[in-house]
Amino acid sequence: MAYYIARRLGLAVMVMLTISLLSFLMLKMSGDLAISMAGEGSGADYVEFLRKTYGWDKPLIVQYGDWLWKALRGDIGTSFYYGSPVLDLVAKSMPVTLTLGAWAIVIALGTAIPLGMAAGSRPGSWIDRIALFIALIGVSTPIFWLSFVLILVLGLEFAVLPISGGGTPAHFVMPAIALAFYSMPAIIRISRAGMIDVMRSDYIRTARAKGLRPHQIYLGHALRNTLVPVVAVASVQFGFLLGGSVVVENIFALHGIGYLTWEAINQNDYPVVQAALLTVSSAYVVLTLLADLLNVMIDPRIRLD
Amino acid sequence: MLNPLRRGLFAVLAAGIAFSPLAAHANKANDTLVAAFQAKLPSLDRYHSPGREGFLLGLLAYDALLYRDPTTFEVKPLLATAWRQVDEKTWEFDIRKGVKFHNGDPMTAEDVAYSFEYAANPDSKVFNRMTGGWISKVEVVDPFKVRVISDKVTPLALEYIIQLPIVPKAYREKVGLQAFAEKPVGTGPYKVSGGSGNDVVFTRNDDYFEGGGKSKPKIGKLIYRAIPDVNTQVAELIGGGIDWAYYIPTDQAEKLKRLPMVDVINADTFRIGFLTLDAAGLSDPKSPLKDVKVRQAIAYAIDRAAIAKSLVGGASKVIPSACTPSQFGCITDVTQYGYDVTKAKALMAESGYANGFDIDIYGYRSRPVAEAIIGYLNAIGIRPNLHWLQYSAVIQARRDHKTPIVIDDFGSAGVNDVGAALPFFFAESPDDQSRDPVVTQATKDAGSIADPDKRKALYATALKQIADQAYWVPMFTMPVNYVMSKTVDVPVPADENVEFWRATWK
Repeated sequence: MAYYIARRLGLAVMVMLTISLLSFLMLKMSGDLAISMAGEGSGADYVEFLRKTYGWDKPLIVQYGDWLWKALRGDIGTSFYYGSPVLDLVAKSMPVTLTLGAWAIVIALGTAIPLGMAAGSRPGSWIDRIALFIALIGVSTPIFWLSFVLILVLGLEFAVLPISGGGTPAHFVMPAIALAFYSMPAIIRISRAGMIDVMRSDYIRTARAKGLRPHQIYLGHALRNTLVPVVAVASVQFGFLLGGSVVVENIFALHGIGYLTWEAINQNDYPVVQAALLTVSSAYVVLTLLADLLNVMIDPRIRLD
Repeated sequence: MLNPLRRGLFAVLAAGIAFSPLAAHANKANDTLVAAFQAKLPSLDRYHSPGREGFLLGLLAYDALLYRDPTTFEVKPLLATAWRQVDEKTWEFDIRKGVKFHNGDPMTAEDVAYSFEYAANPDSKVFNRMTGGWISKVEVVDPFKVRVISDKVTPLALEYIIQLPIVPKAYREKVGLQAFAEKPVGTGPYKVSGGSGNDVVFTRNDDYFEGGGKSKPKIGKLIYRAIPDVNTQVAELIGGGIDWAYYIPTDQAEKLKRLPMVDVINADTFRIGFLTLDAAGLSDPKSPLKDVKVRQAIAYAIDRAAIAKSLVGGASKVIPSACTPSQFGCITDVTQYGYDVTKAKALMAESGYANGFDIDIYGYRSRPVAEAIIGYLNAIGIRPNLHWLQYSAVIQARRDHKTPIVIDDFGSAGVNDVGAALPFFFAESPDDQSRDPVVTQATKDAGSIADPDKRKALYATALKQIADQAYWVPMFTMPVNYVMSKTVDVPVPADENVEFWRATWK
């Protein structure tokens, strides 16, 4: 077990290093921070001065090395655009994104698991068709489109929810629904498939033969076994939600990690982009690891080694 | 009797209204104006807050020594009551007595000197070096008199002074830059009184001084709300969540005009669009653009009026010369290139390019405008290859001599004088693609003398040469759409520096 966790974490560090190097290079190639910072109309000599001061005139790999060396010692730097420590910016935005992600995953699981299980218990029935249709719509609906439909209906037509901004639970409802809809299809499919598998198994036949009622069979025997793959998918989905919140946070003007990343990319503010990417990717790594461990708890037959 | 389904729906609606903060929404009843902006203010310290939002912050929370009227462009007293030129390189300002910073500290010449020295010092890394970089020394003559001295004659000195906010020396040094950026103190008509991630709250400065060009706000509270998505801004305007927004795209603004709850006003800014052409052949010594006839053909080929009308929209007008028409020194009686494809084709043939040529064209702002330009160039045989990049990447490419044509625009950094744009794009600057000795000489001379009439004459020489040689294709002004609730009247400026303190409820 310990070996397994160590190996996974080791791999995760390699993945994160690769991500950070790639994002650093892409950002450096897409624009010039010195010109953005100097502002329109500033002379080239001042742009040159900024480059020298911040060390942006050095070779890219040296700049990356400087950043990495500091980051490894816990100093992830100061935002060039905001002028404040990156850690402060991330710490301020993280609660917003986590709240949003948590709401979204609760909504997604709360609707997708029952729907998927109901569909899987009676394949080919009307409920199965509806579930598959919802999954199809979920996959093919662009998240921004759904967001604006929600704004039109709940924000303007019925005017029951605030359209943008943060601060109250009401502000999270529409963005959470939009995000949840985005991750529902995978969960519906996996819980439906799991249910179909489980219902064919011998122990369910035995349970039926014993004369157990359907709800006892579903909740007492089928649910737990169906959940194994769902846990894995759900944790991956939560990671997606943290990343996928870039679009939703911008539309609903929620000032979380997604919004911060978007602003930082626009400004070529690479310390912030790096920090945001590392935060999201490390959350992702931790979540998949947790999912594996959780699966061991749910199903003792699984051996990690 | 309601059926169960409808009763359920009403219950959901009622619950929604109960926990939504709509009731707390700012508006006329609680004297709070909510204004939406696409960008968050990166810092509340004006010296570290770039962009047009930084300008607005500077006007709201801070004051400069002088003030420029946003409709007449007349320079008026603000924190300075009078000013005079002691010699060509020295300006003297009488500082207004009795003005207090938001924290109660009196504002004196010491604060002015501190602010200017901060702006002038390259190590401060202020966002706009141009406004302070010209200052070489500040002398405090007495507690209410300062002298600002420059190494070189700086004809735009007063335009820069207008943009330099006065910050409190004692407080800023005591709390440090980081804390000042969060809890700033100025002398402006609004104080920064708080804010969360989304909002910055400004409240009226009840002690705001009389007698300057600005005045005590009529509306008690102003909320700056960052909403990056324009569609969301529009929804908030319709729903009454916000009272004011600008930079609303023309297609959206046209639809909003039909709605009963908002007013839409389209007004000009200093920003103009144009093409820069590599006449010096920096990107390629054999570039067809070195031939004046080819450059003129390009100017004739583009129907600028059509682009201005249907793609830019609103009050956009074709500009006849390489400057913002309202600026000091801008002349418009120069060689004109109306839309004339026959003439353009003839010029192409005369210069030996009857079959056209391939060329790289760079852009960053409006894709539809870029595609229209490409379409017009195709019509005379030119086959542009579009490179669509970020602003900073395009500018760097031009400075690296890689850009034959750039679809560019410029806002003169809020300076109402041709002297902002010409030295940036000509006079052998890194962005100068023409390297024309006549333009260079006239621009450099105009930048080193103070006499307004002589400067005008020199700029006229430069602008005429630019037009004759077609170094630029001047395109159009770039107005913006202001959308505001019918309950409020926020005066619309001619330079996009909105004066919220003049706003009133209807």
